[in-house]
Amino acid sequence: MTTATSEDIRPPEPPGLIAWLRKNLFSNWYNSILTVIVGVLVVWAVYAGIRWVFFGADWSPVTSRPLLYMVGQYPVGQIWRIGLSLALVSFLFGVSWGVWGGMMRAFSLSLAFILVLLALLPTESAQYTMEIRVFMVSAALLIFLGYSIGKQSWISSRITLLIWLLSLIVILVLLRGFGGVLSVIPTNIWGGLLLTMVLAIGGIVLSFPIGVLLALGRRSKLPVISFFSSAFIEIVRGVPLIGILFMSSIIFPLFLPAEVRIDRLVRALMGITLFSAAYMAENVRGGLQAIPLGQFDAARAIGLNNYYTTVLIVLPQALRKVIPSIVGQFIALFKDTTLAAGVGLLELLSVGQSILQANPNFFSLQMEVYIFIAAVFWVFSYSLSFASRRVEAALGVGKR
Amino acid sequence: MSRKVYKLFALFATLSLILAACGGEASPTPEVEDSAPDVTEVMETEVVETEVMETEAVSEATPVAETGSGTTAQTTPEAGEAGGVVQPAGYGTITQRVIDRGQLVCGSRTDLAGFGFLDENGQNAGFDVDFCRAVAAAVLGDPNAVEFAIVSTDERGPALQSAEVDIMARNMTWTSTREAQWGTFTWITFYDGQGFMVPTDLGVSSIEDLNGATVCVTSGTTTELNLADAFRQRNLEFTPVVFADTATVYGSYQEGRCDAVTSDLSQLAALRSGFPNPDEHQILDIAISKEPLTPAVPAGDEQWADIVRIVIFGVINAEELGITQDNVQEMVNSDNIEIRRLLGSEGTWGQEDLGLPADVMVNVISAVGNYGEIYDRYMGAEGVSFTLDRGLNALWTEGGLMYAPPLR
Amino acid sequence: MDPPKFSAVQEVRIGKESPLWRDERIISIALQTVSAVVIIGVLVWVVTNIVNAAEQRGLGLGFNFMDSAAGFSISESVIPFSPSDSFARALLVGVLNTLRVSLVGIVFATILGFIVGIAQLSTNWLVSRIALAFVELHRNIPLLVLLFLWYRGIFTRLPSVRASIQWPGPVFINQRGLYLTWPIFTDTGWIFITLALVGIVAAALAWILLRRIREVSGRTTNFVGVSLGIFVLGLVLGWVFSGGRPFDTSIPELQGFNFQGGIHLTPEFAALLIGLTTYTAAFIAEVVRGGIQAIQRGQLEAAAALGLRESHILNLVVIPQAMRIIIPPLISQYLNLVKNSSLAVFLGFPELFSIGKTVINQAGRAIPVFILIMAVYLIISLVTSLLLNIYNRRVQFVER
Repeated sequence: MTTATSEDIRPPEPPGLIAWLRKNLFSNWYNSILTVIVGVLVVWAVYAGIRWVFFGADWSPVTSRPLLYMVGQYPVGQIWRIGLSLALVSFLFGVSWGVWGGMMRAFSLSLAFILVLLALLPTESAQYTMEIRVFMVSAALLIFLGYSIGKQSWISSRITLLIWLLSLIVILVLLRGFGGVLSVIPTNIWGGLLLTMVLAIGGIVLSFPIGVLLALGRRSKLPVISFFSSAFIEIVRGVPLIGILFMSSIIFPLFLPAEVRIDRLVRALMGITLFSAAYMAENVRGGLQAIPLGQFDAARAIGLNNYYTTVLIVLPQALRKVIPSIVGQFIALFKDTTLAAGVGLLELLSVGQSILQANPNFFSLQMEVYIFIAAVFWVFSYSLSFASRRVEAALGVGKR
Repeated sequence: MSRKVYKLFALFATLSLILAACGGEASPTPEVEDSAPDVTEVMETEVVETEVMETEAVSEATPVAETGSGTTAQTTPEAGEAGGVVQPAGYGTITQRVIDRGQLVCGSRTDLAGFGFLDENGQNAGFDVDFCRAVAAAVLGDPNAVEFAIVSTDERGPALQSAEVDIMARNMTWTSTREAQWGTFTWITFYDGQGFMVPTDLGVSSIEDLNGATVCVTSGTTTELNLADAFRQRNLEFTPVVFADTATVYGSYQEGRCDAVTSDLSQLAALRSGFPNPDEHQILDIAISKEPLTPAVPAGDEQWADIVRIVIFGVINAEELGITQDNVQEMVNSDNIEIRRLLGSEGTWGQEDLGLPADVMVNVISAVGNYGEIYDRYMGAEGVSFTLDRGLNALWTEGGLMYAPPLR
Repeated sequence: MDPPKFSAVQEVRIGKESPLWRDERIISIALQTVSAVVIIGVLVWVVTNIVNAAEQRGLGLGFNFMDSAAGFSISESVIPFSPSDSFARALLVGVLNTLRVSLVGIVFATILGFIVGIAQLSTNWLVSRIALAFVELHRNIPLLVLLFLWYRGIFTRLPSVRASIQWPGPVFINQRGLYLTWPIFTDTGWIFITLALVGIVAAALAWILLRRIREVSGRTTNFVGVSLGIFVLGLVLGWVFSGGRPFDTSIPELQGFNFQGGIHLTPEFAALLIGLTTYTAAFIAEVVRGGIQAIQRGQLEAAAALGLRESHILNLVVIPQAMRIIIPPLISQYLNLVKNSSLAVFLGFPELFSIGKTVINQAGRAIPVFILIMAVYLIISLVTSLLLNIYNRRVQFVER
């Protein structure tokens, strides 16, 4: 006997805009008033905003020096290196899309979109030549080329991961140069978005192994290791990032022998890596905790000892689970690179500030510059978090 | 088996390498993790590649002509003996380091017109920068063999204490505390005082008029302390607004966030020249403190401090004797005994004891000129940055305080 | 007949041990000792290195400078401070300012966060989309950019002191801050306060007591009315006994360069507060939304079946259960707010980190001051985490 559900009894809703409006906006008296008030405010705000963006604002601090925002003081003649790196990265994104699909597809498409936007950037700067714009478009096309190659069956996940790691190293070497063949570009003139990316990506990549070790250490049955790992994680998580950056940039060099000069970017990167490792450890720990106890029992049953259990059974499952939260951490790290301005690095935000300070005519144009920088960060962060959330939804990962 | 094992092993190996390399003082090239850039000891001079900006006509204010006789300094005597006197440990270490590296690391700034800024070609220029170039010309024979380390206000002390820079020429005030804590100060290159800048239409002419005002100041400087003392001494009230970097301080002052801004008079003049409306601001005719701006070097190496000092003495004495960048080559054979001695054609004034070539001053002066030329280049009547009367910085023979010990 | 022998059954050997080097207990003890030795060894080595280098370079490690006069003034402070006060007092001012901005920020962020979080679940489409836009906007831009937007883009663009905006109150708004009329206590003011406090306490007791009586006995007690009555009585008595004039108002007036009198909120404080509040509120909104959505639908349907009103469902069913899920991440957002308050160093608000940097510069002692600052943040974090753990353990379900 089937019971009549509420859906059987209710009359079907009339389709159309009016019905939707009635249900969502005007369902009862206070909702209606709320809709009216909020609606008026929103319309006014959007109108004023659009009018300001297109007519009221003077975007010259942004459009006059686009290269400064993108690469800082990197010598214009050597920008081909950054171009090459970008091409490599685009290609690899395409390949990853082919190999893995899912999140990579969203990343690749966002990257293509951003590249096209950059190609169309309206700027008067003579440095932003036609070649650069054409290059942006071709990098976007490279993504699709990579996709078609990645779909080939002989490319496996393992190869792709390996190529990614290798190319990160190649890019770093290329950007910096080495004596003899390529002129050395010291890291103190890297800047802008390039520096932000180097800090964020470097931070996450370097902190990943450290974080995994710390998480395993924290969960270890050996009290000594567990204590020290927990202590490290809690201490690093309990202090603000700016404190850690300050420590690694200013306090740490006080203890190095005088001949050793670690360059400023490396010092900041060390601080960021340390900070990120503690949060990574917590993320990985969450993944480790989510593994059902039955897995451990089964591993024991087939005779694996602790080491093999961890390496063969636990880590692969845990790491796969924490990929969304690692992406979240990358987004947070990407935003936190703005703090590097406090230790003398010229990343995106400080480029904006130095442009404002250098030219007295830009004095009243602060809002434009900060809104632009906020928009850049927003575009990157939102596309990353959007992709990550879609994957999470697909996996059905619920919130605890 | 595979990836995870190798990853973990590689990690342990890297960690142990780092631990091993971090020990002791005698490791010149520590092995940092491979994906981070290496520490370089020898930097190519392409550091200051000029391809950054469109190259316009090179400004007249290029002090860095190539040196005449490019003899570089010889290797310095070992710690132990120099000129027959037993020297303390540390003697000559910085000098040796600079020579080995082939570059002088100069702590400077790029945001102060006249003293340390970037010119149209993106090159470091300025009053302080020229002194660094002078030292490089003396020790390395090449005024362009300088690596500029941009140091923020809070990093000045630690950078000297850790000997990260070889010389810090960054319009720093010489105080007893800093001499005790930061390093060795060499010789005053600019006699300055702390003053105030206010909008002209406020009608302020003395400190007492500023009672109750809001004053913008940079944090962590002697300026901040002098400001508090000056107002306290006179029983006046004020509200400070402090920021960590100079640009924000002056930006806020211009916006009207504060009624007055305080700093060294030279800095006030420098920054006012960059305002869109300099005439609407006046620098009050008061100095509430002495601010002797002096280049400093890390503590512990007497020889290095002596070398920097004699470079400064040299340029001041050169102005007294009338040696300029243009006439230095002829002056080598001048009739004046003092000039010949200064330029090394006859006699000695200790160049050898310091390990410098006899004609070191020729190199220095052909590179940057004498004190007056350095001053005028940036702050003279036709100065690139702004014009500031020499005042206390005139030679002692002309009523100022510029007096250097003789080189003999 | 003999019972059949099963060849599959092995003899159980009791007492036979595995070789020494494979015995788990031995391995565990050995590993622990080795790791303890290594870690403690490393720590000792680092600390001795630090002490040696400090001695060699003349960097003081002691805290004896703390009593010397600071020499600098501080723009805003909860306790009176003059340049002749000690460094220790300056740091205390910093701690108090941090607490001031953090506590106010936490209160406002919680309120705003809950409103936005619940609004995201509203049936009114417009309201829920606005809430979503607020959250997405603030989560994806860096806090520092947001702070600069508020500070440089808005607060410093307000009119100058002489052209202040005036609101009834009087309230003055200009680029140097917000000036409010504020009550100040007269001599009899403390009588009023005491009696008012007594009234509040008595009212609270009455509320609890009468509610308890109602629950137990089922009689109607007007606990609301009675408590309110007691509270008002307290206020009235206070007023009467303080002679009818417990407060004087302090009105801001333009004297010379600035406004004197009233209460003054600097633009630095305001920008920091608004930035921190909105930023943290966005994250709190997500936490709240997640918590509420995690309540099983069955609960909501059951409550509706019982005929409870929507507001009752929210208050009596949803929120109590959601709290268990919300509170841990909520506390961690509070901690983030406290740590993020250190960004005030970029704005010029004298909280702990920025005063710490000034003390380091003026006293020349980087290491002890730095350790002190980090210790303060660490203590705040650890204490809060400890309390959170206690709460968690009492409230969580035990996993079987």
